[in-house]
Amino acid sequence: MLSQKTLIRLAPWLVILALGLIWEAVVVGFQVPEFLFPSLSAVWRSTLTHWDPIMMHATQTFLTTLAGFGIAVVVGLVLGAAVGSSPVIYKALYPLLVGFNSIPKVAFVPVLVVWFGIGTIPAILTAFLISFFPVVVNVATGLATLEPELEDVLRSLGASRFDILKKVGLPRAMPYFFASLKVAITLAFVGSVISETVASNLGIGYLMMAASSSMDMALVFAGLIVIGIMGVVMYELFAFAERRLTGWAHRNPNGAL
Amino acid sequence: MDFVRFENVSLAYQPGSPFAIEDVSLSIRENEFISLVGPSGCGKSTVMKLVTGLKPPSKGYVYVDGREVGGPQKCVGMAFQASNLLPWRTTLQNVMLPMEIVEPYRSTLRAKRAEYEEQARALLKRVGLAGFENKFPWELSGGMQQRASICRALIHKPRLLMLDEPFGALDAFTREELWCMVRDLWQEEPFTVVLVTHDLREAVFLADTVYVMSKRPGRILVKREIDLPRPRDLEVTYTEPFAAYVHELREHIGHIRES
Ligand SMILES: Nc1ncnc2c1ncn2[C@@H]1O[C@H](COP(=O)(O)OP(=O)(O)O)[C@@H](O)[C@H]1O
Ligand SMILES: [Mg+2]
Repeated sequence: MLSQKTLIRLAPWLVILALGLIWEAVVVGFQVPEFLFPSLSAVWRSTLTHWDPIMMHATQTFLTTLAGFGIAVVVGLVLGAAVGSSPVIYKALYPLLVGFNSIPKVAFVPVLVVWFGIGTIPAILTAFLISFFPVVVNVATGLATLEPELEDVLRSLGASRFDILKKVGLPRAMPYFFASLKVAITLAFVGSVISETVASNLGIGYLMMAASSSMDMALVFAGLIVIGIMGVVMYELFAFAERRLTGWAHRNPNGAL
Repeated sequence: MDFVRFENVSLAYQPGSPFAIEDVSLSIRENEFISLVGPSGCGKSTVMKLVTGLKPPSKGYVYVDGREVGGPQKCVGMAFQASNLLPWRTTLQNVMLPMEIVEPYRSTLRAKRAEYEEQARALLKRVGLAGFENKFPWELSGGMQQRASICRALIHKPRLLMLDEPFGALDAFTREELWCMVRDLWQEEPFTVVLVTHDLREAVFLADTVYVMSKRPGRILVKREIDLPRPRDLEVTYTEPFAAYVHELREHIGHIRES
């Protein structure tokens, strides 16, 4: 018998395996033509045949995404710290930020193309635009949740606003910050791939666009899977960092947070 | 010479709103242990905020150590019903927090960290937390967290300790243990204490003077000196004079509630 723990560990792989088998069985069983919906094995063959270009475009997308994500983290931290530590800035910026966040970022791509030409820069900027919002919101929330009593303790010691930010605000905001990184990195992939499909001649997005216009559906699916894998790997990486660096927040479900 | 003095102090939280406390006058001697009791919402915590300078009075004057209070007092220790320990710091690191903020410790912390940590360990030992220095707050029981919180309030040797219902969330046995802990800390190295509480036995057991406050807007109704000999043992709480004090205060509170 498998123990509960091993089962939990294996569960995601089992689901992926089952889905793969169903996919293969359905496509082969119903003889779906490959230009509509390729079988998993066809996608695999296509991946091997186009290994080098796929890797080249995947690297491009990966670096583009990381660049956009990096800018989003810096901007998100600064804006979040400002919004979270000053009620005036909060009031002033929040409607604007929320309004901005409800615009589909794909709408910005044509603008960015006019400004920067097609290629990597619009993709980086789209990744940035789509992923900085959760960082801002989470950092601001983390900073704004200082209990009044703790603030009294610190102020009656003579602590300055900056002391309070450094000793309490930022450490308290860290779990929120790391939680937002997981969301932001996956959004950043969405942003860069969107931009690549519309306005680039490099990257997985472009590769998929080119493949679909030549009816090479197996390659399109290979591209989708590659994006998915990169997203999961980065997500897990940040989830791991979160557990390592802010473990105190998770062992303490009903403590003074 | 009074250490803390209120002269006809009133405070409204918003200009124009009714007073939270009204015309409060009191004086606390240096190293006196006073207790404030009164119904919920009568302004006990508000008095704390005025003493520590976290709120300026709307009317009247507040003096601490002969000087009018204008802005947050540095070097006051505070502890509340919730321990407010920082969950990412160990017990020792939590207790060290004031040393990172209050002068002269702050600027000498780099050079004298070992010495200050030794003081923190010694203090933790006095309250029975030896061996828990490197535990995180969630690994401590409620009573232990409260002990650590009081250590944090005392580590920088403040002249004024403010305790706002610090034992309110504890069970009766733990509460009595903590009474004795505070009594011992205060007896060994005296400082001025303002203790806000709902528990009349606690007030009579610990304090030199008990003030009873009225319903909102809070006023001082009764000032009662507690002439029980010190050091007081828990046994004293079962004696006749002790019961008489508690009973008398209980009657004042009863009148407030009826009115
Ligand atoms: N920050 C605040 N803003 C506005 N009103 C407050 C604030 N804090 C307390 N009050 C009001 O002042 C009164 C006294 O409160 P408080 O001093 O906390 O009472 P206690 O500690 O005796 O329960 C209450 O009626 C409360 O609603
Ligand atoms: Mg209160």
